[in-house]
Amino acid sequence: MKTAALLTGIILSATLTAGPALAATDLTLWYHGAGNQVEREILVGIIEDFNGSQEEWNVVLEEFPQAAYNDSVTAAALAGNLPDILDMDGPVMPNWAWSGYLQPLKLPEEKIANFLPGAVGKWQGELYSVGLWDAAVAIFARKSVLEENNIRIPTLDQPWTGDEFTEALKTLKATGKYEYPIDLGMSDKSEWYPYAFSPFLQSFGGDLIDRESYRTAEDALNGDEAIAFGEWWQSLFKEELAPGTSQSPSDHETGFLDGKYALQWMGNWVAVKALEKYGDDLLFLPAPDFGNGPKIGAGSWQFGISAKSQHPEGAAAFIEFAIQDKYLAQFSDAIGLVPATSTAAELTKNYKKGGPLAVFFDLSAKQGTLRPETPAYAFISPTFQKVLTDIADGADVADTLDAATDAINDNIEKNDGYGFEQN
Amino acid sequence: MAQAGTKRSATSLFVRYTVLILIALVFVFPLVFMVMSSLKPDAQLLRDTASIRAFMPVGDISLDNYFAAFRRAPIMLFVFNSVLVTGLTVAGALLVGSLAAFAFTFMNWHGRDVIFTMILATLILPFETIAIPLLLQVNNLPWVTTEGLVTGWLNSYHVQVIPWIGDGLTIFLFVQYFKDLPKELIDAARIDGASWLQIYWRVIMPISGPVVATAAILKFLIMYSQQYLWPLLVTQSEEYRPVMVGLQYFFQLNVAWGEVMAYLSIITVPVLVFYLFLQRAFISSIASTGLKG
Amino acid sequence: MANPRLHQHHLAGWLMAAPAILLIVAFLVMPFFLGVGLSFTNQRLVSPNPPSYIGMKNFSDLLGMGILVLEPERNEQGEIERDDEGEPEYPRIRSFTRNNPDYPQYQGMREYLSFSWGENRVVILARDVVFLKAIVNTICFVAVVAPLQGGLALGLALLVNQRLPGINIFRAIYFMPVVLSIVVVALLWRFIYAGDNGLLNALLGFLSFGLFQPIDWLGRTDTALWAILVMSVWQGVGFHMVIWLSGLQTIPQSLYEAADLEGASSWQKFRYVTWPMLRNTAVLVLIVITMNGFALFAQIDVMTGGGPLDSTQSIVFQAVQHGYVRQDIGRGSAISVILFLLVFTISMTQRYLTRERN
Repeated sequence: MKTAALLTGIILSATLTAGPALAATDLTLWYHGAGNQVEREILVGIIEDFNGSQEEWNVVLEEFPQAAYNDSVTAAALAGNLPDILDMDGPVMPNWAWSGYLQPLKLPEEKIANFLPGAVGKWQGELYSVGLWDAAVAIFARKSVLEENNIRIPTLDQPWTGDEFTEALKTLKATGKYEYPIDLGMSDKSEWYPYAFSPFLQSFGGDLIDRESYRTAEDALNGDEAIAFGEWWQSLFKEELAPGTSQSPSDHETGFLDGKYALQWMGNWVAVKALEKYGDDLLFLPAPDFGNGPKIGAGSWQFGISAKSQHPEGAAAFIEFAIQDKYLAQFSDAIGLVPATSTAAELTKNYKKGGPLAVFFDLSAKQGTLRPETPAYAFISPTFQKVLTDIADGADVADTLDAATDAINDNIEKNDGYGFEQN
Repeated sequence: MAQAGTKRSATSLFVRYTVLILIALVFVFPLVFMVMSSLKPDAQLLRDTASIRAFMPVGDISLDNYFAAFRRAPIMLFVFNSVLVTGLTVAGALLVGSLAAFAFTFMNWHGRDVIFTMILATLILPFETIAIPLLLQVNNLPWVTTEGLVTGWLNSYHVQVIPWIGDGLTIFLFVQYFKDLPKELIDAARIDGASWLQIYWRVIMPISGPVVATAAILKFLIMYSQQYLWPLLVTQSEEYRPVMVGLQYFFQLNVAWGEVMAYLSIITVPVLVFYLFLQRAFISSIASTGLKG
Repeated sequence: MANPRLHQHHLAGWLMAAPAILLIVAFLVMPFFLGVGLSFTNQRLVSPNPPSYIGMKNFSDLLGMGILVLEPERNEQGEIERDDEGEPEYPRIRSFTRNNPDYPQYQGMREYLSFSWGENRVVILARDVVFLKAIVNTICFVAVVAPLQGGLALGLALLVNQRLPGINIFRAIYFMPVVLSIVVVALLWRFIYAGDNGLLNALLGFLSFGLFQPIDWLGRTDTALWAILVMSVWQGVGFHMVIWLSGLQTIPQSLYEAADLEGASSWQKFRYVTWPMLRNTAVLVLIVITMNGFALFAQIDVMTGGGPLDSTQSIVFQAVQHGYVRQDIGRGSAISVILFLLVFTISMTQRYLTRERN
């Protein structure tokens, strides 16, 4: 009896003498932006605001370089060492959710009601992640160049057809003024390939996987439409309309700005640099329509909660805090990407109505197509990357697509369908 | 007679030096390219790569890239981490490896040959092939900290050091060297009643300058310059990251090549210093080791 | 006297070697055996599904091969159908290897290589064509890099073994590439090898007065692997030069003096004095280069990613692709096991061929 009272007394006095600082629980947050000072500043600002606005939670930031981020997370997951909150690239989320890294994110519906579809991550009907921005891709062009060569300027409602696009490239090549008519960014051998080029495949009518069942890629990746895409893709390099896989990174960075390339298929994160160089002459053209509608990629970095986190309420509170319009606008102004809501867009300098990059918002909303939302995507991505590389280098189109299809189907089977039911 | 001799040796001297210098150019040009590029702004740097200007400090020369690099990443922290981890590992490997090599070369014991072959066999394994199993293993090992016993070695210095102390290559280098030493030294010391440890420390190691230098240089290089995957897997916080992981900080959405070159130039300094320092010790040991002939 | 001293030997020997042995067993041998175990399962990197034992399937998926003999297509009269260039037309391999119930053993295989045999075409099929290419590439690489790098290093060592003032500076310079990280070297050489505005093309164009046409070194299947090889030799030769040098410097001067007295030429001195005394060093150099050659990975990862068209695939690169990128640890471990067996066999052969003939 006496010891119990003594113990209780000690515990009570300990908690009473503990200052308010000790009452705030630490939440660890991992972010992929190490080395990127502007993103860091904004994120740190959000964290400070959040920590200052309440006393229950204290968010602590750990940054990782982007190139190594996914590997670090995987290693940490293996070791059971994940943080409370982490960010992830949209298409990877289903794989991480299925692998057990994440737990569902409990946010009130109305908070994300007007978010761009590419900024919301759902898996098996549950919300797992939400992002502060989306990324969009467009054809960067110069009005003067197009007019000089009598090429019709496409609009969002009337994009180029696939044939018009290829014709335009050939016309530009014939002028002899450019090393290549268009820069596709082949030197960036990363997630850029599937992100930037699978929309072309989808515009032809093919796809990376059958989105009805999500259990096979047969006919989607190696059907007639896909083969048509493959042959068109190969022709781009055979006819020297675009630099191929051995493009040097320096050419990719400065080629369009220096006038080496007439057009560039690039994302809005370099739009600001291009705007500075070309000003009013710069146009952002929508993707061409190869028969199945014009498409661009969607889905960028989003925040989620790790499965092992002891404080999902705190983590959710932080994420809810971070997705306020004012922060969406801050990020957008800093890194040039599309803010997740139209209301936030109005607060930005680039994306408000009539702003120089406003067109990207519409592109995202109208043409954005998510990469397949399946855990298999972690395997599909490098596989498709190899398909694009090999076909660009001259491999047989049908065989390459077949091999990739087989590999993907094999992988899906090996993983028992990744949680999709066999029907 | 004497005149013809000096004329011949003058031309041959000229030829020798020309050959040496030409070859030196081949070996040094990427380094020159790296340092020159670190002084130029990005746009100029990229354009200069197409011509001889890549090697010349022309155009807009400044230290801006260096300042920018320091703002972008905690470079001195990374260098400190790398030097610390590498230094500890090299010291450990030299000690442990030379002890083992001594035992393999000069002593006879059960299972010696089998174990030696097994150790040599480990040289075959590239690290990438055991990375994941090692990660899983290391995560379940206990460690003593100020808070008591904890499980898991991740995110620390010791996880970057301890797995690499035992190393077949170091042992192999020492064994090759020890094999050529005269056995009379050992026999003489045994007759004098010295213990094996004493022989190791007092007789053999003092004359092992060259191999110590070679093994140290090689181990340092491997740990400092080549290690990337392991630190990537096992360090989660910035405070433990080494220089090669830090390199990734510069490859964000827009690669700042000038800063990359500046960063590379900075992190090459410790290695060069270590090498030059050891090279003098290495050369002088060879000159003074009048063992043979 | 014999027994207690022998006993002391054993204990002392074990004790001195113990730290090294323990560390190596704990951190190299055990993970390897764990990996071997994993190669018989379908373990994924992370997955909610538990792994299961699948026996040799990983190995047969990697190494499985088959032979198919194709007869040319014939029209109704039994004549061979020919295409535009007059070559006989053969049925597409696709029809045999995809969903063909008559040939279940070929399901999923792809063509590795084919050649003509009379009228027919013999096709060698493989389950994992990329892996076979990786093996061939790696072996070719090692076969060329070992004599090339070893020989060049010896030449350099002989060159810097002279007593010239300032020779140490040259030794330091020749060693410098070794000091750089392979990632750094690969980055720098990417600029050098660039097809469009690369330094090498610019240099060769300059030296040949504009006759030389720029070559896309890393983009052509016939030059990519050799470009990487040249870069690897450039980086590694300084290290082996140092090893040869330390071997050269242990050769007693008295032997050379004796040879001079007998009127030996430079070549004879090399052949009869230098080379025999370098035996041990030669073995060391050969073994180290061979082992490093089989570990070819970082250069490919940074410069070509295995392309173009798999011409720069290497075994370790494939292991990382399967094990880590595609998250199939079982298969990645199987590749490691195959690599180990391959290198072990070659090393044993090397040791046998270079053993001391007493």
